[in-house]
Amino acid sequence: MKQPQRIASGGRIDRAAPLSFTFDGETYQGFKGDTLASALLANDIHLVGRSFKYHRPRGILTAGSEEPNALVGLRRDEGQNTPNLRATQIELYSGLDAVSQNRFPSLSFDIGAVNDLLSPLFAAGFYYKTFMWPQSFWNKVYEPFIRAAAGLGNAPRDADRDRYANTYAHCDVLVIGSGPAGLAAATAAAESGARVILCDEQREMGGSLLHENDPSVAISSEPAGQWVEKTLADLAANDRVTLLPRTTAFGYFAQNFVALAERVTDHLADPDPRLPRERLWQVRAKQVVIATGAIERPMVFPENDRPGIMMAEAGRIYLNRYGAKVGSRVVIATACDTAYHAAIDLKQAGIEVDLVADLRPDPQGAAIDAAKAAGIRVEPAMVVTGTQGRKRVSKALLGRVRPDGSVVSAGSIACDCLLMSGGWTPNVSLYSQSRGKVVFDEASGAFVPGPSVQAERSAGSCRGINGLAAVIEDGFEAGEVAAKAAIGKGKRPEAPEVSGGEAGSGGTLGALPHDRDAARVRAFVDFQNDVTAKDVKLAVREGFQSIEHIKRYTTTGMATDQGRLSNMNALSIASTALDRTIPDVGLTTFRQPYTPVTFGTLATTSRGDLFDPVRQTPIHGWAEEQGAAFEDVGLWKRAWYFPKPGEGMHEAVARECATVRETVGLFDASTLGKIEVVGPDAAEFLNRIYTNPWLKLGVGKLRYGLMLNEAGFIMDDGVVGRIAEDRFHVTTTTGGAPRVLAHMEDYLQTEWPDLDVWLTSTTEQWAVIAVQGPKAREAIAPLVEGIDLAPEAMPHMSMQTGTICGVPTRLFRVSFTGELGFEINVPASKGREVWEAVWERVKALEGCAYGTETMHVLRAEKGYIIVGQETDGTVTPDDVGMDWAIGKKKADFVGMRSLARPDIVVSGRKQLVGLLTDNPSVVLEEGAQVTQEARPALKTSALGHVTSSYHSPALGRSIALALVADGRAKTGSTLYVPMPDGPIAVEVVSPVFYDPQGARLDV
Amino acid sequence: MLLIHCPYCGVERPEIEFRYGGEAHIARPAEPSKLSDEEWAEFLYMRTNPRGLMAERWRHVHGCGRFFNAIRDTVSDRFLKVYKAGEKRPDMKKLAAEAAQ
Repeated sequence: MKQPQRIASGGRIDRAAPLSFTFDGETYQGFKGDTLASALLANDIHLVGRSFKYHRPRGILTAGSEEPNALVGLRRDEGQNTPNLRATQIELYSGLDAVSQNRFPSLSFDIGAVNDLLSPLFAAGFYYKTFMWPQSFWNKVYEPFIRAAAGLGNAPRDADRDRYANTYAHCDVLVIGSGPAGLAAATAAAESGARVILCDEQREMGGSLLHENDPSVAISSEPAGQWVEKTLADLAANDRVTLLPRTTAFGYFAQNFVALAERVTDHLADPDPRLPRERLWQVRAKQVVIATGAIERPMVFPENDRPGIMMAEAGRIYLNRYGAKVGSRVVIATACDTAYHAAIDLKQAGIEVDLVADLRPDPQGAAIDAAKAAGIRVEPAMVVTGTQGRKRVSKALLGRVRPDGSVVSAGSIACDCLLMSGGWTPNVSLYSQSRGKVVFDEASGAFVPGPSVQAERSAGSCRGINGLAAVIEDGFEAGEVAAKAAIGKGKRPEAPEVSGGEAGSGGTLGALPHDRDAARVRAFVDFQNDVTAKDVKLAVREGFQSIEHIKRYTTTGMATDQGRLSNMNALSIASTALDRTIPDVGLTTFRQPYTPVTFGTLATTSRGDLFDPVRQTPIHGWAEEQGAAFEDVGLWKRAWYFPKPGEGMHEAVARECATVRETVGLFDASTLGKIEVVGPDAAEFLNRIYTNPWLKLGVGKLRYGLMLNEAGFIMDDGVVGRIAEDRFHVTTTTGGAPRVLAHMEDYLQTEWPDLDVWLTSTTEQWAVIAVQGPKAREAIAPLVEGIDLAPEAMPHMSMQTGTICGVPTRLFRVSFTGELGFEINVPASKGREVWEAVWERVKALEGCAYGTETMHVLRAEKGYIIVGQETDGTVTPDDVGMDWAIGKKKADFVGMRSLARPDIVVSGRKQLVGLLTDNPSVVLEEGAQVTQEARPALKTSALGHVTSSYHSPALGRSIALALVADGRAKTGSTLYVPMPDGPIAVEVVSPVFYDPQGARLDV
Repeated sequence: MLLIHCPYCGVERPEIEFRYGGEAHIARPAEPSKLSDEEWAEFLYMRTNPRGLMAERWRHVHGCGRFFNAIRDTVSDRFLKVYKAGEKRPDMKKLAAEAAQ
């Protein structure tokens, strides 16, 4: 198949490797080494997308990652597509399937283009102004409409099937960008002996040298391309150097932590499935050299956005590097010298270059002379004042700039491609990300990097250095200095002889003058977001003064290139409108990421099962085999309930609850946090940490401990056993274990370093088997040795050490169900073995295993709180009726002073109560509000809220716990829980629903 | 991600090994019950929140587990000094002057 705009020879494409690809369903041919953009251009396709707001036809503007227009979707298969990729960065592979975006039904005929006719309605701030009233329309009408209309590509339908990898790397010198400055810097650093990483976002390294065909350019007497090849070969041969092509440095963070995204397989037709799609590199570099070059600036003239209108250097890149002609009849509009190189190269390739319209009144220099010598018509003081052509530029309107700045028409000229160059903007994005402040260089009219904030330096044209010799020299120096700073020695290679590639001059900023009706023309500043010069001026007229506000109001510079193309023009227009200087108005800050990064690359392997670590108890496998349902509690997997065949959760929980109260149940409490507190001052330490008194607790006794933070609020609770005079076995809530240990360490290390105490986390060392129910003693009696289970020898809240099934144990007599209960602590490695032995006994007694849901119901029947459910960080011991847990004779403990704060002793605080619904079958919703009135007036505060609510098998009805203002005084009264289908009447009762005397505990 | 030097381990490690511990040099009163409500509120809640150098606590929670103090510039996020718990607060003015050089 023919590629009409492909030149016969030349370029860095592999003509021996033709590739087929499709764009919007049509099949085309390209070559290996093409980008999608270059292959489309070789097929004479310029129209590739529709603009964001006005749906204007748009073509390929640039040849780099700053491309604002040529955004396409790539489909791998049904359900797997990647939207919003820049065609200029997509490497062609066989079978590539690209679709244009933001058009319906087709790219050529797009209904949304009606927006273009309505454009007077869509000025800056359109959304803010239009969708204000009525307020009620926002949720139902405006937002759905805007959401449907906005956005470019479509998100993929299916979950991402690709894998993404992550790697950490350290180096002495990280060089970002492999153009002349970057290659020179990497060479100098590598020759100094530094470990170097050199990355570049493009497939090939070499930057601008890859399209430098000017025969007068020579480096070390070699053509530019050969010097690149030789330099890269030297770097590749150095085992201290890592070369990373296709790798974008997208984030520059604190202390030279730089994030790189390497595209590993996107360019392959048939990638090895073992390879990740992308790899995130987290690089910590001792020194960074930023060599990201400069970006050519569009010119802001009316209708500067038609397909076929491109950056001048892009025209040269497509020709020299990819062998693709951007047009057959080309007009060039410029304000700077570099565009003349494009004119000469295109002319030599046989393209008609009919005119170079130079804004400057008297452009002079070697490049201009060479263009004239090549027979190209050069017109000084000439601007493009408009263009024509719906889907491709067909004509440029010209104007003559008179000395007073006014413009008179100078006719028009036919063309199928219009190249433009408004000059060059140093690419300071990464410097800005490193938190450096740019400074304005009056001479060049550009912002350049100011002082370094981090260990970095910019080199070459990204800091405003121009001319190949100067750029390479600057790169060598940066590499040498960086290596010296990193490893103590630096070596600058002899700067090679560079001929040609002289620095040009010139450039323009802001909107160009024209002779058209200013109210009717649109000159685009930000192509991707459809922001025009008029919009920026309007924002200033409407009172926006700060460039950051103008940016947000107009959305200029908010596209995927973050304004690398548009910022300077927008800033210049704003500064003119504000009548302030450019440095006074200032540049907006560049932020991470440099270009869009896929979520997959940021997540890397942290997805699915690997998103969080999973913690399992020693008994987990057993519960799985029994068919338990599990719930997540923090990182733990906990058995939730054990359904029998045919049972749902409700039935299973009802059966488990009844069994525990009637016979015996077995519960895996291994997730409880456990801390071993040891030392001569252990009791004193606990005395200060907990509200309860500890000094007189006897060895072999247990005590419920309540822990407050210094503000007097409950932060954790748990049972503590005194194993020996100087040794305590502390338990915490499942979720609170790390927090409690940190809290204890904090006080021990920083407030009471004089206390001789050691804290050790033993959560994972102990398996905890809770045996609860009237037959609990009977269940374990045959299994224990050396332990007297008789009630008088082992009353409630006591402990003994001995063995169970021959395994050493700390046996606690403790209950979280209100029944006779034991908690068997055994080494984790023996947990399952002991569990299974106890299980055989429980089974014989017609008991059951139960899960966390039943545990919750049983404790709620008893009014036992769960920290984090009945408490929320604003609840004191008195609020939940636990004054009894406070050691009244203690002089101090953490949080004690706060319990006397005015806000804590005030009346009207929310207190823990029980609620019984009038209708016993109604189970309240946890979190529901509790009110005084059935139908409270609007803006009435609630009295409190429901904290726990269950169906209670023991009571044969629903029960709930709630925090209610002055709740205890309201006992017996009726309150309401308003719900969407009507208020529910509830009676306030004691929070202890079952066995209030505790008779069942004491058996 | 910040790199933080642990004065106990003597090594620089990434931020994720550490946990922030709030402002440093706020000692818990020896006898809280003797404090007025205002004094206690001052201890509990009032912090300096400076723009610039701040003395703060860090814990090398995934390393040695020790609490230590650091002087960090809240504007630049730069650590100027780390020192062990119990050591005196360094001369902040001197540090600021050194950092400005």
